[in-house]
Parts: sequence; structure tokens; C-alpha cells
Amino acid sequence: MGLKSRMTLVLVFLGFVLCILIERSGLLSAYILQISMYVGINIILTLSLNLVNGYMGEFSVGHAGFMAIGAYVSSIITVRVFHNQMGPFVFPLAVIVAGIVTAATSFVVAFPSFRTRGDYLAIVTLAFNMIVKSVLENIDALGGPRGFMGMGRLTNLVNVYAWCLVTIFVVRNLVYSNFGRAVLSIREDEVASNLVSVNTRQMKIMVFLIAAFFAGVAGALFAHVMQFINPRSFAIQKSTDILVMVYLGGIGSIFGSVLGATVYTVLLELLRPLGVWRWVVGPIMLVILMICRPTGIMGLKELTGLIPREERVLGKKEETDVVTASN
Amino acid sequence: MIIILMQQMLNGLQLGSVYALIALGYTMVYGILRLINFAHGDIFMISCYFGFFAAIAFLSNAIPTWLTFIATMMVSMLLTALVAVLIERVAYKPLRLAPRVSAVITALGIGLFLENFTLATLGPTPRGMPALLPNVNYRLGALSLSSVQILIIIISIVLMILLDRVVQKTMTGMAMRAVSYDKATASVMGVPVDRIISTTFAIGSAVAGAGGVLYSLAYPIINPYMGVRIGWWAFIAAVIGGIGNVRGAMLGAYILAFVEVFTPMVLPSSTYRDFVAFTVLLIVLVVRPTGLMGRVTAQKV
Repeated sequence: MGLKSRMTLVLVFLGFVLCILIERSGLLSAYILQISMYVGINIILTLSLNLVNGYMGEFSVGHAGFMAIGAYVSSIITVRVFHNQMGPFVFPLAVIVAGIVTAATSFVVAFPSFRTRGDYLAIVTLAFNMIVKSVLENIDALGGPRGFMGMGRLTNLVNVYAWCLVTIFVVRNLVYSNFGRAVLSIREDEVASNLVSVNTRQMKIMVFLIAAFFAGVAGALFAHVMQFINPRSFAIQKSTDILVMVYLGGIGSIFGSVLGATVYTVLLELLRPLGVWRWVVGPIMLVILMICRPTGIMGLKELTGLIPREERVLGKKEETDVVTASN
Repeated sequence: MIIILMQQMLNGLQLGSVYALIALGYTMVYGILRLINFAHGDIFMISCYFGFFAAIAFLSNAIPTWLTFIATMMVSMLLTALVAVLIERVAYKPLRLAPRVSAVITALGIGLFLENFTLATLGPTPRGMPALLPNVNYRLGALSLSSVQILIIIISIVLMILLDRVVQKTMTGMAMRAVSYDKATASVMGVPVDRIISTTFAIGSAVAGAGGVLYSLAYPIINPYMGVRIGWWAFIAAVIGGIGNVRGAMLGAYILAFVEVFTPMVLPSSTYRDFVAFTVLLIVLVVRPTGLMGRVTAQKV
């Protein structure tokens, strides 16, 4: 184990200690604590969507649909199955199960992606989002449009932090593996990558599966921060939020996603004193940013620390090719 | 039963006509820029407000109501077209060479801005559109037909035919088709690309503006968020028909409106209509990935 990875481990460990300290000491107000958890959840969502939109080059606009499934599944487990007993032990399990169930539903989106892509696939994902919301609104056992409540506040900073790390770890290792190269080749040219015997179908299923898993996880965490969910919280507006975070940070960049999620979440909170005008100023800033920097804050670049050492020289060359790809 | 069916058919025609007018804007802009203009639903909402204020301003006893109606329609179409061209010039034009997705995100941002700007300036209270036309109910056997209904269907169909003619027969229409086919070559052939794009935005939004006035006559409640749902539905209509295809958008709009109208008759609750509509959409896209009338483009390697 090199010095670098040992340092990373120490940093990760320190992060955990910091999280526990913050939670126990009550140093930060409950409000700031809540915002930090939102930031974490948004990072997970943004990264998982970036995998589909940024690295694979599809345009999925229904991420909140996956999130909804995760949120409802985990809430059913903690509230209906375990009746809020043994919360701290059941919860991690519930989160994982929520992720797996969500991943299973991702086939609905993955299969149409074999036949169509670009704007039409975008519509498929949009339709998926709307269908999930519509179905949830019509299931009376889950509260229908009134929503589902009774969850304990089981999400804490440590949980969120841990899942953030898992997401970053998985995405980073995926992207810089053979698998990741195959995914990138789909973005650059699907037909060509098929010709060099990349199994594009399998790759698409895998990417959608992984992205949906993490979206489900984020949904589960979200449900247990809010302690109340209703179908409306997973409407298309939520998907739009996630999209904006991805493109704000920059596609195809892990650090970009982290940055995008953080900046967007914190900024909207900081603008809160503006009242209604917050949502007028926010979009204008987004439009200005897009005009000045169409590829987002990071613009396809990656924080050097996140790139494996042997790839760093290679990475520089890639940047120039990649810009044309998203067209 | 037949009577109810016929009645619902009429309602479907009415709703479909309005959807078609909005779907046209989506499909024209997409055809020419390959941009899903997510702000279009909110442009429709703005046009309803223009119509509302114009109607209030013009409404007096001195002028006959049909004149007020025409004036309202004109003002709304004109102002909406102006707003759309302004948006195109300020927000979309700088992004013409950027990755396509950046423009889509910008469109999302513009949509949010329009919604919330309206909310912040005019408040969340829904406004009631004044009745501009006397609502007479005609009876055709057991069928009842309102004058507004007839008017909406007729005006929409006339507008659509007009638009189809403009796109197919006029010089501007030819230029539009040229730009949508190949922007670079069109500009080499002397087509003023920027002006044609602005014209497309203007026409698409003016038609949506007409749709806005007609819609608010039929369903006279206006609020800042009304554009969201109707915008999405019109968008889906455009996709079902094959986005980029003007006639496809009209077909898709009527299909979708019939789905919306007939779902509550078959299924117990009207909340299923989204579910049914999107399932129809999914099936169409799985069977015909480029929509009902969309062109299948060959992929070059």
C-alpha cells in the first residue's frame, strides 16, 4: 500500500471522526446539520446520474423516479415490516434492499435504450418518472397522494458520509476500469464501439443498474431525513434539480458532481432570505453560467487526485476529443 | 352510451386542438435547432397572462365582444412572439455551438425563471379569465355543443392548416426546412440562418399564444404553474407524433387528448390519466423509436 492510499484512508477515517463529533457535540445547529445531509444525498444522486448522462452520454431525465422507489421501499421496510424497532440496525439493511429493488426496476429504462437514444430515450425516462409518481399516487395502502409518514429520523451524517464515499469509490473505480472505457466508448460512438466488440447492451444494463441502485439509496436516505414522503416530492421538478446539479458541476467529472451538488444546494439555501425571488435569481444564475461556461464548472476535467496515477498523462489528451462527443 | 362517447369525442377534439397548438412550437424549434425547448410550456403560460391583461384592458361596453376577442388574440400572439424571440436572442443564441445539453439546461432554467418571475410579480392567486364571447349552447339531438368549443376547434384547425402551408409553400418555410436539414449548407446557400431561427421561435410562440387565449377561454383559470403540466403534455404529443414533424405533432396532440378524455370513462379515477398517457407513449416509442411520423435517419459510421 503506497503512501498515497494510506493518506486517503487516514483522510476518510478523519472524516468519519469529524462526522461523529459534529453529531454528538451539537456544535452545529440542527439546520446546518440537515443541509449537510441534503448536500450528501445530492452528491450521491448527482454522481449516479453523471454515470448515465456524463460518462455514457445518454440523456436521462427521470432520476427522481428511481429515488422515489428507493424512498418508498426503505420506508415500508422500516415502518411496516419492523415497526420502527431496532432502527439503527435495520436501517442500513433497508437502504441496501431499497437500492437493490430500485436497480431491478431500471430494466424498464435500460431495455428501450437498446433501440433508441438521445432525445427519445430522454422521453422514455421522463415517462418512467411520471408513471412511478402516478402509480404511487394511486396506491392507497401507501397513502396515495397524501404521502407516507412515520419513519424515524434514522439518517445521520455518518450514514450519509459513508454512502457518499461508497458512491465516489464505486464510480471512480468503474470509470477507470476496462468497464469504464467501454462505457466511455458508447458515449463517443455507439456503432463504432459495437464494432470493436464492446457488448453495448450489457454495458447499458450495468450502468443503468448501478445508477438506479445509488438513486434508490439516496431516496432511502432522503426519506429518513424528511420523515415524510409523498409522490409530489419525486416529481419531474426533482429530476430537473438533479440534472442541473450534474451539468452545473460538469459532466464526466466526479469532482464536478460533488462540487455541483454542494454549490447548488448551499446556494439555494443562502438565497432563502430572498423569498419568492430565490427561484428567480437561481435560474438566472444558472443560465448565465451555462452561457459563460457551457460545460459546467469543471467542464470535463477531473481533480487530479481522483485520477489513477498511471492515467494522468492520458487524461490530458482525452479532454480535447471529448468536447465534441456530447453533440 | 353513444351520446356520452360522442360528447367526449368533442371534448377530446377541443383539448387536442389546444395541445396541438402548443406542440407545434416544440416541434418547430426542435426541427430547426434540435433543442427541446423546455421553456415552451411557460411561454404558453405567459401568453395566457398576456391574454388576460389584454382582455381586461379592452373589455368595455363600447366595443363589441368579438372585436375584443380578436384584439386580445392579436396582442397575446404578438407579445408572446416578442418574448420568445428575446429569449432566443439572449439565452439560446450564445449556445449555438456549445454541447446540445447545455442549451437544454438553459431552457430548463428559462422555464423556471418565467414561472417564478410570474409568481413573484403577479402572486400565486389564480386569475379568472373574463368571458370574451357569449357562451351559447347548441343542441344537436342529444349532443350539446358550446360556441366556445366550436370556435376553438375551428380556429385551431385553421391555424394549423395555415402553418402547414407556410412551412410547405412559402420562401420562409422552405428556408426553415433547409436550416433544419443542414444548418451549415443552408447558410452557404444564402439562407439567413439566424433570422430564420428567430422567425421559427416567433411563429411557434405566436401559435402557442393563440393556444393560450383559446385555452383560457375554455378553462378560465390562470396561474403561474399552469404551463408545467400542459407544456409536458404538448411535448409528449410532439414526441408521439415524431418530434420535428409538424403534422406528427397535430396527430400526437389529438391522440393524447383522447387518451386524457377517455381514461376516466374506463378507469375508476382520473388520476390514472398520466399513467395511461405515459404508457401509450412508452409503447409507441418501443414500437417506433422515432415516433409515429418521425423520419428514421440512417446512421453513418
